[in-house]
Amino acid sequence: MPTSSAAVAGAARDVSPGVNPCVVAYIAVSGVVLLLMMLLGLALRLAQAEWLAMPPDLFYEMMTAHGVGMVGIAGLAGAGIMWHFLSQHVRLNRGILITNLVVFLAGVVMILAAVFLGGFGGAWTFLYPLPATSGGVWEPEAAALYLGGLLVVGVGFLLFYLDAGRAIIAEYGGLGAALGWPVLIGSRRARLPEPAVVASTMVVIVNMLGLVSGAAVLAVSLINLAAPSFAADPLLAKNMTYFFGHVFINATIYMTVIAVYEILPGHAGREWRASKPFLWAWTASTILVLTAFPHHLLMDFVMPRWALVVGQIASYAAGLPVLVVTAYGALTLVYRSGIRWDAASSLLFLSMFGWAAGIVPAIIDATIRVNLVMHNTMWVPGHFHFYLLLGMAAMVFGFMYHLGHDRQARTDMLDRLAVWLFAAGGLGFALVFLYSGKEGVPRRWAVHLPEWVGYDRLASLFGCGVTAAVLVFVLRFLVRVPRLIAMR
Amino acid sequence: MLQDTVWSISVALIAGMAAVFLWVAAGAGRRADAEAVQRRAYRLRTGWFWLLVVVIAVATATTLTALPYPAPAPQAASRVIVHATGAQWSWTIEGPDIVVGRPVEFQVTSTDVNHGFGIYNPSMEMVAQTQAMPGYVNRLQHTFTSPGTYHILCLEYCGLVHHQMISDLIVKPN
Repeated sequence: MPTSSAAVAGAARDVSPGVNPCVVAYIAVSGVVLLLMMLLGLALRLAQAEWLAMPPDLFYEMMTAHGVGMVGIAGLAGAGIMWHFLSQHVRLNRGILITNLVVFLAGVVMILAAVFLGGFGGAWTFLYPLPATSGGVWEPEAAALYLGGLLVVGVGFLLFYLDAGRAIIAEYGGLGAALGWPVLIGSRRARLPEPAVVASTMVVIVNMLGLVSGAAVLAVSLINLAAPSFAADPLLAKNMTYFFGHVFINATIYMTVIAVYEILPGHAGREWRASKPFLWAWTASTILVLTAFPHHLLMDFVMPRWALVVGQIASYAAGLPVLVVTAYGALTLVYRSGIRWDAASSLLFLSMFGWAAGIVPAIIDATIRVNLVMHNTMWVPGHFHFYLLLGMAAMVFGFMYHLGHDRQARTDMLDRLAVWLFAAGGLGFALVFLYSGKEGVPRRWAVHLPEWVGYDRLASLFGCGVTAAVLVFVLRFLVRVPRLIAMR
Repeated sequence: MLQDTVWSISVALIAGMAAVFLWVAAGAGRRADAEAVQRRAYRLRTGWFWLLVVVIAVATATTLTALPYPAPAPQAASRVIVHATGAQWSWTIEGPDIVVGRPVEFQVTSTDVNHGFGIYNPSMEMVAQTQAMPGYVNRLQHTFTSPGTYHILCLEYCGLVHHQMISDLIVKPN
């Protein structure tokens, strides 16, 4: 939580400190891929709007690429931000950082080849047994290449988190200590961990579990492809897939929010230190992210009822740490602080709104009774576009502006316009998704009924605005890259 | 419809949050003592926390009393049993006539991949759904309140002809 009016050390600096070139590479790749994936997503909406002719097979291939690309690049951007700030507190291995990036890019090549050369269109969730049961559309080799690519990407991330966990344990003596548990039980000799360390520790714990689950179901699917007589339990596979997917995508926000903790205080001239409520919140988030995943299976009536009830309650409770500690903390930090608004601080503040407000439709959809008439409608992409676009992505873009940006320089008109366009376009884009879901429009349909096309056209217009704004953010960052490297 | 209520609540809460963030942003240019701001904010936060806890508790207690899940055993005597089977990319629906006011139990499964069994009324408003999964039978119980031609749409992505997996369901007047 923000404490005292003393300006933090970072506030005295006019320019953000030097940055590891590999982190710059992470963020540059993330920016470019985010932009490309947004263009893919925009093309999908334009096709549904009947403004762009696109055969269904290409639609579903692009939908697969958009989904897996966005999830993967969100993970990469989050890893870059986490490494940047965590490395200021613990000794991380630079070789692992580079390895993860190289492995990630190798996996991406495999996935792109599977999708656009092999015609794989099984959606990013590769829900068993769809990869091996395409209805004669794609070959098993294409599915194997896709699943193998995902597995390669996952191995890179697992190495990354193992190294982060090792470094945290070496510095703090254990993951519990890095989450601040000795502080919470009142130990006098306890060391108060920094917010970046607490957040990173939470992500290490949940993502290692999530990645292992994902790797296991990928391996099962690969074996099923090679030996179709080997059949897995579809319900178990679905649980494992959604556990992995839910944890991994949520962890991207818990990594990128470190940028808010570390950068926004410098702009506000106030400090954001870990406190007991902060530590309780992050421990609660660790548990709740792991236990909320059954909300993806609320319409699988054969699931144990207790698991589905836990899914609803844990989803409700998962909103508390964000609403009571992080978003509230950001509001307190900024309130009458005399903050210097620039593109970085504006985007980071916007991200707090995006995350907090995006929780509302997410929690509502996790209500079993509501899920009965909302599940797998456009409400679902509506809620996650809300907090990923206006929350997670805004954090990434805020971090991009922070890197190498002269804080005394005035934010020019183009940047200001881009920030407002991003905020308005993103809000409109997400709300149209939600409204379409309320009207019962199914998600993941290449062709829409005539009465739904109007929503798609409105969403496409908002999507154009968002994409234009992101083009500005990414180009501005790429122009600064040589300067960032030189600063090092 | 439940969907309209849910939409209204969401928009109201999102708008309320937007107003708070805009208000804080608009007043952020003026300076106030950080410690005084923090003390007041911490007091308010305690109330904010308990308010949210109460809201969540009430919402949980209210919504968990009306779960759509079936009773442990099918009551064949009182219900019409309809078998619905999904397969890439069509539905097979077998059973007696469905009549307004008489409870129906859809026994839903799949012969290949995961599908979603979504029931839409003649105005294309969704009334209920469950998943269709190979190796499992999901039992969806529903009582129709008005006659007409309903539509079954696939709500789980199942391959390249997913969007054409639509069937009709006739509900007769009582």
